Amino acid sequence: MKPRRQRMIFVAVMLLGVALAGVLVLQAIGENMLYFYSPTQIKSGEAPANHTVRVGGLVVEGSVRRETQGVTVNFELTDTAERIAVVYTGILPDLFREGQGIVARGRIGKDGVFVAEEVLAKHDENYMPPDVAEALETARSGGQVKAKP
Amino acid sequence: MNNLAEFFHMGGYALYVWGAYGLATVVLSYDLIAPSWRLRGLKRRLALRHTHADSVSQP
Amino acid sequence: MWYWFHRFASPAYFYRFAGKAIPWLATLTGLLLLAGLYGGLVLAPADYQQGDSYRIIFIHVPSAWMSLFIYVVMATAGGIGLIWHIKLAEVIAACSAPIGASFTFIALATGSLWGKPMWGTWWVWDARLTSELILLFLYFGVIALQSAGEDKRTASRASAILALVGVINIPIIHFSVEWWNTLHQGATVSKMGAPSIHTSMLVPLLIMALACKFYYATSLLMRARVELLEREHNSNWIREALKNHE
Repeated sequence: MKPRRQRMIFVAVMLLGVALAGVLVLQAIGENMLYFYSPTQIKSGEAPANHTVRVGGLVVEGSVRRETQGVTVNFELTDTAERIAVVYTGILPDLFREGQGIVARGRIGKDGVFVAEEVLAKHDENYMPPDVAEALETARSGGQVKAKP
Repeated sequence: MNNLAEFFHMGGYALYVWGAYGLATVVLSYDLIAPSWRLRGLKRRLALRHTHADSVSQP
Repeated sequence: MWYWFHRFASPAYFYRFAGKAIPWLATLTGLLLLAGLYGGLVLAPADYQQGDSYRIIFIHVPSAWMSLFIYVVMATAGGIGLIWHIKLAEVIAACSAPIGASFTFIALATGSLWGKPMWGTWWVWDARLTSELILLFLYFGVIALQSAGEDKRTASRASAILALVGVINIPIIHFSVEWWNTLHQGATVSKMGAPSIHTSMLVPLLIMALACKFYYATSLLMRARVELLEREHNSNWIREALKNHE
């Protein structure tokens, strides 16, 4: 066999080996790579109890209640199937608003309320100017797109 | 003028936006300057060595 | 075809070709950068959700694309050098590593500067960010191996093997946002389907991506010239080239 042929086979075998190892490792890691749980998973007890976990979902419209004193805020998270109540004391990211996707890190309290230590906003992959977003929103809710003056 | 100030203000995110672009400029500029300096130094050294070798072989 | 290929891959020919191409590539890079930055920072409107902070996208996303692209080029060139022992392929692999590392670092750092105001944190250990950090370490490993050995050709072979092993990380980075829940959002611009970004923002983004490609070409040729001079400093073609001030 020519040495070049040998080297070619060596590289091919190495790439195959690495790909195989990669697939096996990914299979093994699987769920552990999940950055957060959904409210449904929390409700069905998939998340370990008495452990710090992350829960991600959309802030339910109209659920945000800020307490009169301090910076404590109550809100609900949903994955459109289940809801979970969250309480958080601290500074919220700029993107936090109703309908926004967020990820909260904390523990599930005895009363089922998720006590968050940290709240991160998760934005989507859509980028557009405000007027386009407004037009889209109007169109979605069945209204007419306002003609620009 | 007001427009210019607004542009540099970046809607309150000036630190982050200009920080990101400043950092990228520094890294990418260094990335270009470093090899051109190395090339200049190397050329000078090699040219010196070659002229030296030539003068030895051709008396 | 093979004749042409061998001629082009010969260090002497490539050295001269690179010397002529660099000014053109550099000019093109500069023009594209100016156009892209003007389009992205001045012309493009603010985002409906993120305001002006999203403008980091015009450097963050092209850098992240480049970090993957350069890695694939580096691993391919390394593999070609390993199998066919083509000097130029080894040089291209060696010179790509520091450029790729720079782009990976920029992608990570600008992402951090974007994450702080928007997500509320500089860094999270989610699948996308972690795999991109591993990419940076892979680049560091390749650079370290390049400069480790006395003999450049042995060093090239060792680093090519590491680069090829690390290729597994590339699909992981790309698909991380689909395979796992991540804080990082999904892909905005993909081959399938229309990009979910407004045209006024997409155009400068693509111009910046093209500018980064040309930047890479410029930087690669400059580095390749240095590397060729270092590796071949005793050969006749270099004496000739230096005499002609090339």
